[in-house]
Amino acid sequence: MIFGRSERGKPPVEPVTLKILVAGGFGVGKTTLVGAVSEIRPLRTEELLTEAGRPVDDLSGVESKHTTTVAMDFGRITLREDLVLYLFGTPGQERFWFMWDELSEGALGAVVLADTRRLEDCFAAVDYFERRSIPFLVGVNCFEGAPRYPVEDVRQALDLDEGVPLLMCDARDRESVKEALIGVVEHAMAYAADRRQAVTG
Amino acid sequence: MSADGQGRSHWFDDEAGPVVRPYAMTRGRTSSQGQHRLDLIAVVVAEPHADDAEADHMLSPEHVDIVELCREDPQSVAELAAELDLPIGVVRVLVGDLVDAEFVHVNRPVPPAELPDESILRDVINGLRAL
Repeated sequence: MIFGRSERGKPPVEPVTLKILVAGGFGVGKTTLVGAVSEIRPLRTEELLTEAGRPVDDLSGVESKHTTTVAMDFGRITLREDLVLYLFGTPGQERFWFMWDELSEGALGAVVLADTRRLEDCFAAVDYFERRSIPFLVGVNCFEGAPRYPVEDVRQALDLDEGVPLLMCDARDRESVKEALIGVVEHAMAYAADRRQAVTG
Repeated sequence: MSADGQGRSHWFDDEAGPVVRPYAMTRGRTSSQGQHRLDLIAVVVAEPHADDAEADHMLSPEHVDIVELCREDPQSVAELAAELDLPIGVVRVLVGDLVDAEFVHVNRPVPPAELPDESILRDVINGLRAL
């Protein structure tokens, strides 16, 4: 189905997998962005909220828990037979932050999507990646009809560190999304180089 | 998940239903012993002899589904969960069982900080450009 059908007796290719997160407020276009570049229709994977932190075999107390499902949409880009990039849309609501920790572990980097009409919706994501030193860039999703502001104004409104790239993008447009993802990887490379220098120098 | 006999045996109360039912497949276990949490992009690969999975009566239908999907092509944990419509936690436990029974092995993703050099990241950039 995905990585090229394996002939019997011939070992299947076991790809290296990487992930980039797509964060931002509810309805900012995360799934649209994933869908614009994914080779598969964005898939939905779910986790039950009550599972978090439960010890093995412990089902006591389950009966009094409220159950909630956290859904994450994700897409896949097969860059080479042996190299696959996954894009994960982070759950929009802040109460699902425990999922973010799991998602961001080992992530190459993140795109924080922002909408100039509701800029404050992405503050939480910016904070989150800053605090955990995960390389990210901000993509301002240019919605039709939304006011356009100069890049510097948006930067200031978000109080972004100088090193954090910010670009205008269109989550529906494949080329624009490719640009944003390349930006994340480049930023992650520069970030890693800086860190190495800080350690050795 | 199928709505077969398993789903109808209401040994739990209604309110607990959505929590307990998927975990009935794992016999109540919410994590796999002796294993780290499997990353969503960890790749599950069927072992060459995994053809015997159907004949193994210790395995549930969901175990067999996982082996079959992975036999076609290696699958990430996230894809297995989406494909089988199971919560990620359930898939983790089931995959853990299959690893113990040596039907599959799991390739854990390399954290970017531990990549030996930048060449993979350059490959990612080039791959994205070529899309």
